[in-house]
Amino acid sequence: MAGCSSDDDNSGSTTDDQYPGVRDGVFDLGGGDLGVLTYAYALEQLEADFYTRVVNSNTFGSTFNSEEQAVLSDLYRHEVIHREFFKAALTGAVKRPEQVLPALTFDYGSLNFSNRAVVLATAQKLEDTGVAAYNGAGRYISKADYLVLAGKIVSVEARHASAIRSLINPGTSSFAGDDVVSTDNGLGQALKPSQIITAVSALDIIQTPFTAQFLP
Amino acid sequence: MNIIKFLESFTNEGMINSLNTKGSRRDSFNQFQNMGKVAAMAAVPFGLSALIPTKANAGTLGPAETPTEALQLALILEYLEDEFYAMALDSGIIPVADQAIIAQIAKHENAHVSFLKGALKDAAPAKPTFDFSGRRGSTTTPAVFSPFTDYPTLLALSQAFEDTGVRAYKGQAGNLISNGDLLTAALQIHSVEAMHASQIRRLRDQKGWIIGKDRGGLPAAAQPVYDGEENVTQGGFDTSKVADSNGIFGVGSASESFDEPITGATAKAIAQLFIVETL
Repeated sequence: MAGCSSDDDNSGSTTDDQYPGVRDGVFDLGGGDLGVLTYAYALEQLEADFYTRVVNSNTFGSTFNSEEQAVLSDLYRHEVIHREFFKAALTGAVKRPEQVLPALTFDYGSLNFSNRAVVLATAQKLEDTGVAAYNGAGRYISKADYLVLAGKIVSVEARHASAIRSLINPGTSSFAGDDVVSTDNGLGQALKPSQIITAVSALDIIQTPFTAQFLP
Repeated sequence: MNIIKFLESFTNEGMINSLNTKGSRRDSFNQFQNMGKVAAMAAVPFGLSALIPTKANAGTLGPAETPTEALQLALILEYLEDEFYAMALDSGIIPVADQAIIAQIAKHENAHVSFLKGALKDAAPAKPTFDFSGRRGSTTTPAVFSPFTDYPTLLALSQAFEDTGVRAYKGQAGNLISNGDLLTAALQIHSVEAMHASQIRRLRDQKGWIIGKDRGGLPAAAQPVYDGEENVTQGGFDTSKVADSNGIFGVGSASESFDEPITGATAKAIAQLFIVETL
């Protein structure tokens, strides 16, 4: 990644045999730092695609009030920027272009983009998932520059989660609700990549098959 | 950023600019109108001059470079927030509509104090003496802030504390990289602070995220909380150039998309404004 480090090796803890790339006909996210970054790139692709569809829906203006439109439009821009950032970062960090995760394809099935409650609930699920994913993945990053970059993004995801939650349940504790922040110690959620991938797969939105055999 | 440079920028921007230049004076006036504290600006420089720690005696808290020092700094910030919200709940000035929100934040900050004390054990610093009036215990200087009698000021300080907390935890992540459990816990607190920050900012009719280095109507003294947030170059990539079929998003969205860290020294200097003892 340009500008990240004085040395030329941007692979962090990724060993040669764990680079992202196609194995047995399916793209594997890889292991080590590049695996974690590729995993984050996959999640950002999902978020960016979802909000792009939300704001470009021809019922966007009639489905959401002005405050909701402003929030969703910001989230759309932020997530597209995150996606493009990871694409650029990974393109600079891997050895060969085919080691960069391709653009995934998505299908939202019967999800009704004209249904305010459904769209906001999906947004909440994606943002909560993003926060838990970054929180849980931080410990698998070995390179401090990458860790700080992930940290710069996760707090914005948490700001998103809070805003979406407050749109759904204004004036309540839901913005940082007991369902995502432990009542024992005040810690937010942290989930391993394997847990997140299982949860995201259950949404059945990502159509492109991929594996994550080197991620915890 | 070293503490002297930070304080120089603070006094230059907060004092000289806002008191001696016409444009900034008007800005400050507007900000303090927002806070309902029009007369308070003149008190800022006096409050500040009394609390500027010198480099020599600013070091009882470590430089926040080891995991222990990182958590000690975190605990100081959590003590501050915990006491602030406890006093806020006791103040009786929180509108009914916002009480569930402030109570939830108070609950989390209290839990963070307990968690960090448990993690640090004997290395936990004692709770400092806080003074949220901004005059560091002085009885002879006028209060800069009156958060417990003026709700807009309460929210303004809350925003500053939460946004500072987010930046401070982020700045310590690298110092915790050697300890996966502590790093994860710090990240888990970090994300909760960001959820708080977003909600408080939205109560103040701000976006939940930080655009450029905009301090969102806070007084000029709060600018160090936001300086550096305008960065749009991430890992060498210019995020302000990102575009899609709707066009280029630009620097505003780019700066919003990434929160920036602050050093331990900067975090301490900001906290010091509300702590009687010299850190």
